[in-house]
Amino acid sequence: MSFAQAVFYALAGVAVVSALLVITRRNPVHSAIWLIITLLSVALLYLQLQAEFIAAVQIILYIGGIMVLFLFVIMLVNLDVALRQEQFNRQWGVAGLAALLLAAELAGVIYLGRGTAALPQAPPGALQPNTELIGSALYQAYMLPFEIASLLLLVAMVGAVVMARRRTS
Amino acid sequence: MTLLIETLQPLLIPLLRIVVVFAGISLIVAYLVYAERKILAHLQVRLGPMRVGPHGLLQPIADGLKLLLKEDIIPAGADKWVFWIAPAISVLAAFTAFSLVPFAPNFYVTDVNVGLLFLIGISSLGIFGIILGGWASNSHYPLLGALRSTAQLVSYEVALGFSLVSALLLSGTLSMKGIVEAQAQQGIWFAFVQPVAFFILFVAAIAETNRNPFDLPEAESELVAGFHTEYSGFRFSLYFLAEYAAMVLVSSVAVTLFLGGWLRPFPSWQWLDFLDYAPVAVFLVAAAWCFWEAVRLPRTREWRWQRLMLLGLGAGALAVAAGLMIPARFLPAFGEGQAAFPVLAAIQGVFWFLLKVFLFLFGFIWFRGTFPRYRFDQLMNLGWRFMIPVAIVNVIFCALALGLSRQLGWSQPAALWLGTGATLLVAMLLRREEA
Repeated sequence: MSFAQAVFYALAGVAVVSALLVITRRNPVHSAIWLIITLLSVALLYLQLQAEFIAAVQIILYIGGIMVLFLFVIMLVNLDVALRQEQFNRQWGVAGLAALLLAAELAGVIYLGRGTAALPQAPPGALQPNTELIGSALYQAYMLPFEIASLLLLVAMVGAVVMARRRTS
Repeated sequence: MTLLIETLQPLLIPLLRIVVVFAGISLIVAYLVYAERKILAHLQVRLGPMRVGPHGLLQPIADGLKLLLKEDIIPAGADKWVFWIAPAISVLAAFTAFSLVPFAPNFYVTDVNVGLLFLIGISSLGIFGIILGGWASNSHYPLLGALRSTAQLVSYEVALGFSLVSALLLSGTLSMKGIVEAQAQQGIWFAFVQPVAFFILFVAAIAETNRNPFDLPEAESELVAGFHTEYSGFRFSLYFLAEYAAMVLVSSVAVTLFLGGWLRPFPSWQWLDFLDYAPVAVFLVAAAWCFWEAVRLPRTREWRWQRLMLLGLGAGALAVAAGLMIPARFLPAFGEGQAAFPVLAAIQGVFWFLLKVFLFLFGFIWFRGTFPRYRFDQLMNLGWRFMIPVAIVNVIFCALALGLSRQLGWSQPAALWLGTGATLLVAMLLRREEA
C-alpha cells in the first residue's frame, strides 16, 4: 500500500465514521460538528485528487457557509424541546425497503460496471491550472446550463423569501 | 538513517519557516495587545501600563503568566468536550491561514495556485470556535454573543468576497505571491485603482474580527463579554490569541491584495532608493529613544533595573542596525549577490510587509478609540443594504472597465477610475434612498 493509498483510506475512513456519527448523535449540535468533520475529510480527498479549486470551494461554501447557517438555525430553535422529541417515527418498514432497494441498485451498478471501474488516468498536469480550467468550462463551454442552474437557485431563494414573509393584509 | 534524512530534507525548510512564522506571529500578537493598551491610553490622555519593565514593556509576559496560572473553570451543565475544543479551533484556523501569506518574495510557508481561496476558507473556520464556544458554555450571554457573531460574519463575508473579486480581476491569479507580483508588474498597488473595494475590505475586515465599532458579539454593556464570558485562564487566552491573530491575518490579506505586499513604495523609482535604508533608520531611532528615556529616569535606586533594561534594549537595537549594515565582503556565505548589504537586502521584503500591516493594526486600534459602537440593526442594514450592493456594483464596473481597456486600448488605470466614479455615484444614490 503506497503512501497515497494510506492517506486515501484514512480520510475515507474518517469521512464514513463521522458520517455515521452525524446520524446517530442525539444532540443536533454534535451532529453538526461531525458533519463538519465529514465535509472536511471530503475536501481533503478532493485535494488528494489535485482538485484544489473544488477543495477550497467545498471548505468555503459547505463548511464556512452552510454549516455555519445550520448551527445558527439549530441554536435559534428551542434545543431542549428538540432533544426530548422522538427522532424516529413509525416508518421503519418503508424506510428499510427504500434503503434495501437503493443498496441493491448500487450493488447492481457496481457489478455491471466493474469492467470500466478503473477510470482512465489523466496524464500528469492535465488538470492544471485547475481554477482556470473550471472557469473557462463554466463560462464558455457550459454557459447556458450554468446560468440556468443559478436562475433555479434564485427562484428558490425568492420562493423562500415569499413564504417567510409575514402576511400583512 | 540516510534514507530518513533524505525523506525529511524537503520538509526541513518549510518546518523551519512554520516555526519562525508561528513564533513571530505570537510575538506580534503579544505586543499588539500591549500596543493597543498603550495607544488607547494615550488617546484618552492616560499613560497605560507603566510598571512592569520600562514603559510597561514586559506587560505581555506578565499577562501571559497570569493567564496561564489562573484556574480553568468549566461551568456546570456545559458541554465539556465542545467547551474544550472550541478555543483551539479558533487558534488553529487563525494560525494555519498564515501559512499562505507571502511575507517576502522568498519567505513564505507555501504558495498554492488557489492560495487566496484556501486562506478565506481556513479563516472562515475560525467562526466555529466562537459559535461552539458560545453554545457549549450553557449560558445566555455567550449564546447571544455567538448568535450575533455568526450573523455578522455571514453577512460581511459576502461583501468581503466581492471586494476580493475586484482585486482578483486585476491580478488574474489566486496565488498570493502572484497577486503581489502582478502589482509589481503593473506598477501600481491595487488600492489606488480599486479604492472602493479596498474600503469595503477594510470595513468588512473590522466586522469579521469583531472589532469596534462592530464589536457587538462582545459588547460589554449588553453581553458581559459575549461568547467568551464563561471562559477563564488558558482557554480565555486562546480566544484572545485567536482574535488578535485574526486581526494580523486580515491586515496581511489586505496588504497583500491592495497595498503591494512586500513591495517598497515606488520600487522602480531610482531616486527613492534611500528608502531601502529605512529598516536601519527605524532601529537607530529606537536605540536613540531607549537611551534618551534611560537618561530621563530619576537617578534613584528603585529605577536602576528599568534604566539597565532600557540601556540593554538600546544597545540591542544598535547592534541590529549595525548587523543590517554588514558589507557583502564579510559575508561570503550569502554568495555572489549584487547587494552591497546582503542582510539589509534579505529583510527588505519582510520589513515593508510588516510596516504596512502595523499601519493597518494601528488603524484598528485608532477606530476602537474613536468610534461609538453600532446598534445591531444598523450593522445589518449597513452590511446588506449598502456594503453588499456597492461591492457587487464595483465588481461589475471594474469588469466593464477592464473589458473596455482591453477592447478599445484605453489606459487601464483611467478606465478603472472611471468605473470607481460610477460606483461612487451608485453608492451615493443608495445612501440617499435610505435617508
